[in-house]
Amino acid sequence: MLLPLIIINLLLLVAFLPQIMVSQDTGLSYGIFASLTALLMFGYWRNRLNLASQIVGTRSTANIVLLKLKRNKAAMGGLIIVIMLIYIAILAPFIVPVDPLAMDWGALSQGPSAEHWLGSDDLGRDTLSRTIYGTRIALGIGLLAVFLNTIMGTGLGLLAGYYGGKTDNIIMRSLEFWNAIPFILMAIALMAALGSGLFNLILVVSLTGILEFARIIRGDSMLLRSADYVNAARVMGIPDNQIITRHILPNCLAPTIVMATLRVGETILTIAGLSFLGLGVQPPTASLGAMLASGQQFLHQSLAMSLVPGAIILLIVLAFNLFGDGLRDALDSKIGQ
Amino acid sequence: MLNYALKRLLLLIPMLIFVSVFVFVIIKMTPGDPSAMLLGDQATAESIAAVHAKYALDQPLPVQYIKMMQHFFTGELNSIFYKDNVLSFVLARLPATLELGFMALIIALFIAIPVGIISAVKRNTWFDYGAMSLAMFGVSIPVFFTGILLIYFFAVYLKVLPASGYGGHFWTIEGLRHLILPALSLSFVMIASTTRLTRSAMLEVIHQDYIRTARAKGVSERSVIFYHAFRNALIPISTNIGNQIARLFAGAVLTETVFAWPGVGRLAVNAIFRRDEPMVFGCVLMMAIVYVVINLIVDLVYGFMNPQIQYD
Repeated sequence: MLLPLIIINLLLLVAFLPQIMVSQDTGLSYGIFASLTALLMFGYWRNRLNLASQIVGTRSTANIVLLKLKRNKAAMGGLIIVIMLIYIAILAPFIVPVDPLAMDWGALSQGPSAEHWLGSDDLGRDTLSRTIYGTRIALGIGLLAVFLNTIMGTGLGLLAGYYGGKTDNIIMRSLEFWNAIPFILMAIALMAALGSGLFNLILVVSLTGILEFARIIRGDSMLLRSADYVNAARVMGIPDNQIITRHILPNCLAPTIVMATLRVGETILTIAGLSFLGLGVQPPTASLGAMLASGQQFLHQSLAMSLVPGAIILLIVLAFNLFGDGLRDALDSKIGQ
Repeated sequence: MLNYALKRLLLLIPMLIFVSVFVFVIIKMTPGDPSAMLLGDQATAESIAAVHAKYALDQPLPVQYIKMMQHFFTGELNSIFYKDNVLSFVLARLPATLELGFMALIIALFIAIPVGIISAVKRNTWFDYGAMSLAMFGVSIPVFFTGILLIYFFAVYLKVLPASGYGGHFWTIEGLRHLILPALSLSFVMIASTTRLTRSAMLEVIHQDYIRTARAKGVSERSVIFYHAFRNALIPISTNIGNQIARLFAGAVLTETVFAWPGVGRLAVNAIFRRDEPMVFGCVLMMAIVYVVINLIVDLVYGFMNPQIQYD
């Protein structure tokens, strides 16, 4: 599956080369895309090496998981949509038909036409272009927030589970207190306090759902704490931080990855919700939630204005959820079948 | 049991103190002066000072916090925007939010549990696939998008239901007509996740030995499903419902905005935009209290349903 992807990437890189010469702000996207391609090529090469050195007839756990994942059509569908969305997000400046901020006063709140494929909003801006940029922002913020969220949740869960006792009590109780504040209100208040920048948005959103993360990782690391190999490591005098990072964390990786994947959808919903209320991504930057908010005001004139961004949010979240569900099922019972 | 309930009740106190301190700190971090919001640009130094004195804004922060806390419960805390008692305002708006939330909860349970059971019993049939695909959509759709679609279909296209607003209490016809769309859109996510959970909980139970025993004894299929399987599946389902209530609250803020529903959520959002510090404080604190109390009730009910649980 990697090889066709790499070929497509290389073709796209060549095709977009002329554009980067013309406009300057596409450089960063091009660079990200080029490094992604390089990463894929490296992965492909590593995989070839591994295959060559593998004993015939054996399968590693990772292979079994991959095999199970490949058989799950819904998960694969989700994965393909996720990959496509990531492509759209990275390549947004190359594929938008019009500038998402350009206003066309001849076409205000109009339905789909030859000029604006998916219609235009109340300021005559192209819905398709704004949706593409909105997807880019939603995915960018969503993935970064989940990354931070995962680090915090896993870290606290590991500490609570490994040390137990007082540490456990302090961490878990404060997370429960934290959870008692209705999140959306807390986020709204925090956004109002910190000011609505992209960085603040990422930070605030990443503070949700730490408790769920920490609970699962805590349970796993509590079990692992008394495992023989961890005891052995402790007896050998290996410091706690190394035991946690080298011996416990790798064994908690599967649930962490599943949780993180499933959280992406929810995080993107939260960001869209905040933007819908006017506290997320600030105009004129295109964001799916804010597009829906203005779409609702012009519901009588044009359904497309709210239908398109809403459907895209649904698609993004659905794709991540399908993939996450499949991943969980595949990792659930690694051996077997 | 009683001990556990008391302990949980006592734990509410530090929890609410934590929440209130946190909200207070956030409010104080917010840039801008509330008196500027109230008086406009042409305010004189004296009038600003007067407002500061009136709302105790010139005092040190800990004093302000204690005053706010005290005045909130005694009903002396006044909103800067409405110039009226915060507590009575919040309490006046609370029924609308609770109506919305409970209606959504009831709709969700009435749809989700039967559908989940049927899906589990008729596993891998078209019904199961259909219900599960719909549920997958349901957990992925933003609540405000569902709301907008419902408004478009029922209010703009069919013109049978009002697009927004509050029509009175839910036992009046007009009230119910206004309530149905917001409640439906809010319940959507909950229907979806409860259906998924009911199905998986039922499937887990159905494969147990005692179900096979019951069937072997010749117990009718209906009674196997309802008395033997469903009662045990209720345990994970009720845990999930407890978790869902938190999401219901988050959803309520958005739903109230979409449908211009006069609830606490909208009051809070507007108060934040208006820099109405006492009101923000009151709304968030009240929502936290309701949320924590509901969670406590759910936990206690959970104990009744599952005698295996040991409270310590």
